[in-house]
Amino acid sequence: MAAKAKRWSLHVLFFLAVLGIWQLLALLYGEEIIPSPVKTAQGGYELLLDGTLPQYIGISLFRVLAGWTLGSLAAIPLGILVGKVGAVRTFIDPYINFIRFIPPIAFITLFLIWFGIGETSKIALILYATFFIVLLNTLSGVLSVEEDKIRSARSMGASEWQIVRHVLVPATVPYMFTGIRIAMGTSFMAIIGAEMIASNEGIGYLIWNSRLFFRTDWIFVGLICMGLMGFAADRSVAWIGGRWLSRYGVVGSTRR
Amino acid sequence: MSALTKANAISIKELNKSYGRQPSGELHYIIQDINLAVKGGEFFVLLGPSGCGKSTLLGLVAGFVSKTSGQVQVGGEEVERPGRDRAVVFQQADSSLFPWLTVRENVEFGLRMKRVPAAQRREVSDRYIGLVGLKGHEAKYPRELSGGMKQRVQLARVLANDPSILLMDEPFGALDAMTRRTLQRELVRIWQSTDKTVIFVTHDIQEALLLGQRIGIMSAGPSSSITDIYDVPFDYPRSLADPGFHRLYETIQSHFDKED
Repeated sequence: MAAKAKRWSLHVLFFLAVLGIWQLLALLYGEEIIPSPVKTAQGGYELLLDGTLPQYIGISLFRVLAGWTLGSLAAIPLGILVGKVGAVRTFIDPYINFIRFIPPIAFITLFLIWFGIGETSKIALILYATFFIVLLNTLSGVLSVEEDKIRSARSMGASEWQIVRHVLVPATVPYMFTGIRIAMGTSFMAIIGAEMIASNEGIGYLIWNSRLFFRTDWIFVGLICMGLMGFAADRSVAWIGGRWLSRYGVVGSTRR
Repeated sequence: MSALTKANAISIKELNKSYGRQPSGELHYIIQDINLAVKGGEFFVLLGPSGCGKSTLLGLVAGFVSKTSGQVQVGGEEVERPGRDRAVVFQQADSSLFPWLTVRENVEFGLRMKRVPAAQRREVSDRYIGLVGLKGHEAKYPRELSGGMKQRVQLARVLANDPSILLMDEPFGALDAMTRRTLQRELVRIWQSTDKTVIFVTHDIQEALLLGQRIGIMSAGPSSSITDIYDVPFDYPRSLADPGFHRLYETIQSHFDKED
């Protein structure tokens, strides 16, 4: 109990120190360049009161979650197929390794032309950002399943489909999970770019648009929201993993 | 029905396995010209130095590895692929057990693949978990077990499918001496209470003498084959203290001394 209290007091102390340095820098360079913690809090309160902030957070979260879910759902079966069937892998592997080096942001203009300026283009972009990460992780998971597991299943009478379902998929779960967790981070990075260039709502839009009014405090609010959203999303995914997937060897929290 | 035509008799004739050609264009044989007849219900040990192709030979009987030429027959039928009749116990339990399944679920795996109803599965898994001495550990995951217990799970898992042949690839090689001794005794007990054919691969002469009714000596690779077969005339359970045991040990040991 005492150890826990000590750890928490250290956390609080460290947080106060960060605020102190931030405040110091604000005093040094001026509120316009670096808005102080108080100014940022005021800006945040302002955006909260007029409803902008909850709305923007909601729309950004929706885009990320929709694209990320669709991307993961598409990538996992394909990853298993590519991993399981050697002929497909030989054929498709160079293409995967070509496309995955093109960052999502590079596709924004094209996606706008293809999918319009509505939600579809942003969700498609997140889907793209998620897809290859999850695909490659699933693929490497399938490839690293020990031959002994497949052989023993086969000699216990499992059909090829049963081997996929009862051996390859469960053995690959930790890899899939790592993939979707990394992809969550990439999705948050991609959404900011998309919203800066082609949106009238969202946290990315807030950060970009604030420059017109020289509201650096709003930019800070946007950045902090981004960090908090990413943190919360990652922790939720990790918690779900630790709670429901531990039998597959998924470790939830980084803290032991 | 004579012993050699029993469904779990194994017959190997002029068997060769090559994994490719040498630069000269000659076939590079792992094992060459293997001839062996294992009777139904026999406990046969394959003994040889590391890398001599024992596991390859076992893989050929299991149907994991395809032969280059020759014949591998089980109960008079040519082996084409793995089958429920031939169970394999692997050297590494960690790589062959399913870590996301409990002990019970691992043992029931084969039955689940066969869509055996849950109640019946439970009955069978109870029996074999009891037989290998893991009662009370049903709900544990493999990572919670010791090396010896994991090998017991592997054994129960294959026995639950009631195979007629057990193919065992150095299953006790990674265990400490005391656990190994216990499991050897229990394997003999389980084998005696069934009529299963066993091919047991090892590089440990003592283990071979404790377990096998016959011991086939494999020469060092490449192109290894079975050079000699010894009958082991002692009754089970066997004792290391038997003077005959020692003489046979020396005789077999001399095979491997020559090859150094």
